[in-house]
Amino acid sequence: MTRTMTQQRAAKAKWYWGIPLWILAIAFLAPFAWMLSTALKQDVDAFRVPMQWIPDPAQWENFKTVLVGETSVLPAFGRSVLVALLRVAGELITATMAGYAFARMAFRGRDRLFLLYLATAIIPAQLLLVPRFIYFQRLGLYDTLWALILPGMFTVLGTFLMRQFFVSQPAEFAEAARMDGANEWQIFSRIYLPQAAPVLSALGILAFVWSWNDYETPLVLISSPDQYTLPLSLTNFVDEQGSIAPGLTMAASVVSIVPVLLVFVLLQRRFVAAMTHTGIK
Amino acid sequence: MTVATPPAPVRTAVERRPAEGPGRGIKPSGWTGLAFIAPNLLGVVAFTLIPLISVILLAFTDWNLVSGLGGIDFNGLDNFVAIARDPGFWNAVGLTLLYVGVSVPLTVVLGLALGIALNRPLPGRAVLRAAFFLPYIVNTVAIGMTWLMLMNPRSGLVNQTLDIFGISPGWFASSHWALPALIVMAVWGGVGYCSLIYLSALQDAPSQLYEAADIDGAGVWAKFRCITWPSLLPTTIFLAVTLTIGASQGFGLIALITSGGPGDSTTTISYYMYQTGFQFYRFGYASAIGLVTFAGVLVLTLLTWRAQRGRALND
Repeated sequence: MTRTMTQQRAAKAKWYWGIPLWILAIAFLAPFAWMLSTALKQDVDAFRVPMQWIPDPAQWENFKTVLVGETSVLPAFGRSVLVALLRVAGELITATMAGYAFARMAFRGRDRLFLLYLATAIIPAQLLLVPRFIYFQRLGLYDTLWALILPGMFTVLGTFLMRQFFVSQPAEFAEAARMDGANEWQIFSRIYLPQAAPVLSALGILAFVWSWNDYETPLVLISSPDQYTLPLSLTNFVDEQGSIAPGLTMAASVVSIVPVLLVFVLLQRRFVAAMTHTGIK
Repeated sequence: MTVATPPAPVRTAVERRPAEGPGRGIKPSGWTGLAFIAPNLLGVVAFTLIPLISVILLAFTDWNLVSGLGGIDFNGLDNFVAIARDPGFWNAVGLTLLYVGVSVPLTVVLGLALGIALNRPLPGRAVLRAAFFLPYIVNTVAIGMTWLMLMNPRSGLVNQTLDIFGISPGWFASSHWALPALIVMAVWGGVGYCSLIYLSALQDAPSQLYEAADIDGAGVWAKFRCITWPSLLPTTIFLAVTLTIGASQGFGLIALITSGGPGDSTTTISYYMYQTGFQFYRFGYASAIGLVTFAGVLVLTLLTWRAQRGRALND
């Protein structure tokens, strides 16, 4: 009897807190609802007072224009995919190997080298934009996707993350394998690497989101519209005077969010773990 | 016979832990180790270390795009003297302190409240958590464009709503309201992230202490002040530091929405550096601004760190 009463009280308390939080969450998501709603509107209706949440008639044309029209964002979408894939692949490979060596191999100067890594980890990317701009211009890589891809393939933070993981692995694995005559590469690739799958996926997710959303680097290192990545191309629908075509801009924005949203929904637990364990955006 | 043979290694619990340094189970591997690190190291040297050294050297030159590579002249501390006398720089410092000083504490405090709220049993808790986190994973341009239109002074949704209360701020069209508008966006974008970090810290909160406090009849506020807050202090410091670095270094949103204006009302220090470097192409001066800013943030971070260590020792 008392048990059901406590249960009832707990259920009540759940809603007592739940309702205000749900209202807050809906208010919080209102900008996204507005984005979606405006993406399906004609420009004249975008700023109608009072605001109409359900567009009638829904202007699906906006998405068609954004995807296959004259100023289509699809090429930029493709470039963003290419940049993200190469960055993620490069970072995973180089960071895993370096992190493994820092954690599980001994060689002269290792700890001093790691100290150097530690020191550069706190350097904000923005500080390096001026020299990178100059170098990439000298190297003929300015205004090419390589200027975005190359620095992203070799990261200090990724190396850290992987080192932290490999350091926590038991040494017995390596000893046993060595007794069986395995060489260093086999110990790495057959024994430790398979254990690292969760960390690798976390790092991969982080690297992907970071690359996909990066706006400041291409803003500085890319200048021609035919090299724009997706975030830059969202400004395609702003005219010379700076007035924005609301429907098209919002439709393109929705398109730009879909891939990260998919990753987020499909891999939510990994995603959140990646974010909370590293604290990097 | 003075040199005794070393005693046979005794395996203690401490030794059995995976070694940090070269130790048990790790065979000296000379070139193999270097070969594993080489791909990453070469890239880091080329794209991080050399640019880092260059930006430090550049800060002591008056180099710009026009003078070309041959025109690099070292001018000693001239840039730093100029920075000290540059009203534009000090205006930017003031704006940055205001922006960071308001947005970071607000984001952290609201994130904490939200984290605690989301830690209770709630209907649809997983969806709720994801909802608040969403702004954090969306790119700057999509968010910036949306808010720019939402905050349209005449017909945007924000002012349509505020109209009920008889207020209609000019937001990005007004030099008084542009910075507050950026602060609103920063808080909206960061609260969910903070709450998520707090949530994962709350799961590790010492539950025996809460039980003991319950037995002693401690109230909600007493429990928060004596148990929750101290146990979350490292998380709070971590968030304060990372958000401060993020807020003081980012210029993307400002470049997209306000270009530092109206007037110079949103020219924060990072945008000022971006402008100096990539609109006026004064590479030397921009590098010096970058270095000074970074040094400032670094000092702030170290001070916070020491303050936290002092607190932890006192507890």
